[in-house]
Amino acid sequence: MKKKMVKGSAMILKALEIEGVEQIFGFPGGAVLPLYNQLYDSPLKHLLVRHEQAAVHAADGYARVTGKPGVVFATSGPGATNLVTGIANAYMDSVPLVLITGQVASPFIGTDAFQEADITGITLPITKHNYLVKDIEELPSILSEAFYIASTGRRGPVLIDIPKDLFDHEAPFNYDQKCHIAGYNPNYSGHAGQINRAVKAIRDARRPVIFGGGGLIRAGADQVLRELAETARIPVILSLMGLGAFPGDNSLFLGMPGMHGSVTANYALTETDLIIATGVRFDDRVTGKLENFAEKAKIIHIDIDPAEIGKNVNIDIPIVGDVRLVLEDLLCKLKPGNTEKWLKQIESWQEKYPMPAGSKGASSSLLPQFVIRELSRLSEPDTIVATDVGQHQMWTAQHFIIRAPKRFLTSGGLGTMGYGFPAAIGARLAAPEQRVLCITGDGSFQMNIQELATVVNNNLDLTIALINNGSLGMVRQWQEFFYEKRYSHTLLADNPDFVKVAEAYGVRARRAATEEEATRAIEEAFQIKGPVLIDFVVNPEENVYPMVAPNQPINQIITGGDF
Amino acid sequence: MKHVLAILVENKAGALTRISGLFSRRGFNIENIAVGETVTPGVARMTITVEGSDPVIEQVMKQLHKLINVLKVSNLSKEPSVMRELMLLKVRSETGSRSDIQQIVETFRGKVIDVSPDSMIIEVTGTEDKLEAIKMMLEHFGIKEIVRTGKVALLRGAKTTREA
Repeated sequence: MKKKMVKGSAMILKALEIEGVEQIFGFPGGAVLPLYNQLYDSPLKHLLVRHEQAAVHAADGYARVTGKPGVVFATSGPGATNLVTGIANAYMDSVPLVLITGQVASPFIGTDAFQEADITGITLPITKHNYLVKDIEELPSILSEAFYIASTGRRGPVLIDIPKDLFDHEAPFNYDQKCHIAGYNPNYSGHAGQINRAVKAIRDARRPVIFGGGGLIRAGADQVLRELAETARIPVILSLMGLGAFPGDNSLFLGMPGMHGSVTANYALTETDLIIATGVRFDDRVTGKLENFAEKAKIIHIDIDPAEIGKNVNIDIPIVGDVRLVLEDLLCKLKPGNTEKWLKQIESWQEKYPMPAGSKGASSSLLPQFVIRELSRLSEPDTIVATDVGQHQMWTAQHFIIRAPKRFLTSGGLGTMGYGFPAAIGARLAAPEQRVLCITGDGSFQMNIQELATVVNNNLDLTIALINNGSLGMVRQWQEFFYEKRYSHTLLADNPDFVKVAEAYGVRARRAATEEEATRAIEEAFQIKGPVLIDFVVNPEENVYPMVAPNQPINQIITGGDF
Repeated sequence: MKHVLAILVENKAGALTRISGLFSRRGFNIENIAVGETVTPGVARMTITVEGSDPVIEQVMKQLHKLINVLKVSNLSKEPSVMRELMLLKVRSETGSRSDIQQIVETFRGKVIDVSPDSMIIEVTGTEDKLEAIKMMLEHFGIKEIVRTGKVALLRGAKTTREA
């Protein structure tokens, strides 16, 4: 019997349906015309953005909330190159994405044709894997491999570049979701001997800490982490990427470590005799000066990616595996711990060094820390917060209480200004029942401000809290500290009127410049269905404290004298 | 220290670029590299000599292993193995020097594979030390050109890299 032949463009949409994809993010163009033509009759939802970078960030936000791969369509050349920042961002933060780009038609490849760019070459170092499809026969297996690779092991973006003519080529469609890839076999269960060594180390430790990261959230390890911490009475420190993996209001939670971490977290990491590191990669923003990092501690490192173990910090007990499975194994073998003396010590640090609420004597102007705390206070516990990058991001990490995983979306590794707003759009589509809040800055917001059109077009219900200090605040802060207050190109004196800009797009907006106005604006915004922007005009001099200067030991903390 | 890595890789478009790109991107230095097919269809073998401390090499191997097209990575410097490299040298020669060159080549068990009125091409196979030694001996005749394949290596005994 003759097998039914399927066109390339139809294969893609069929594969997406089999993989359970409901939402695509994208922007059409010449090389993907046949794909968009096929999409016209498809039940799959597609969100049209106004810049391809926003499509990737939105898919990234969607993936972080749902745990499923985010899917992006873009055209060849500039369409594809506009994805690059978003792909690099997802790669650094281990977010599963499947990106489908059109390429110039096969006969034109390599001829510098119109809108041709070697996107597989360009994205080689920032994708988990990528493909240039040469033959329609291989498309079904490439599609299933892409989803499998993106969503297993250490998650990451996978790009498939498809020459325009292949969308119309036909072949039989044999789709096997359980594909076998010879060179790809992630290891999920931890080595039993290593787990026993870890159990003994935990039993012997007097001042243990758990240091967890984004890997906990990707693995769905929050419940087991909580049980383990509470059973063994071990305090928990979470990296920026890990926020939400442990309840931010739990008494065992010490906050974030590193450059803008809490004093308590940094002191605890310095004084601890055992770090149980789970799903973290010991980023330089966390460790500070490596030679002085956790000098007194043994380190257990649990991670799905063997290449992370021993990369930056020497590890005593490495365990390669899925962090949830490994923590479950550890939990069955652990007895209630007695760490009360250590917890007392920690408590005294917490009392002595609370997170600073902002500069004293700035009573007339609105403090950004106050705004974040009010946003946190007035939000429901399941609110999803997306941030951009800079001071507002650190204040959010410090002052917004994140109670559960997948509710804090931020660009951790790449530090991409412009991430937050499109990520919030992705979150909005991923979780229709939850409040979505985008906390951004006047610098970051302008990097993807065109997406105001997308939220209006689709009447997306989200609140944009713009922390407006009229400057690229974090860079300005570094210039103040390390470059003799020479504010080279960081003061955005000619910012537009953001309220008017928002209104021009059709977004409701208002300004708040005092505490009273801020509280009222938040309360009102939270009543409105649809997109709302609040322009919080805050004290421009405000700095993020505590701070550890780059490449300094993390217990050498600049506190700004606000305690 | 120098390490010789054997990498079994799916012979797919771009696989070589992925591997060499990884070395440059992460700041690892490739000293030499040799690629060829294996007994398994569709699988190529790369032999890469890389300089670095043990922790650096461990990181290199882990990063290589993360590449989807890479099937197996082994460090042959850590086990008994035989390593060889082939070198061709074009040496200036005249009637007077030809027999002197011939003698050196024989000592190193090399071969003369081309002769012209004023040059000879010499083929020699061996370890790095041996190749360096013959190169030094031929230098004063005038070496016009050198080409080397890069090191290739196999484990000693019946064990193969696939099983290692």
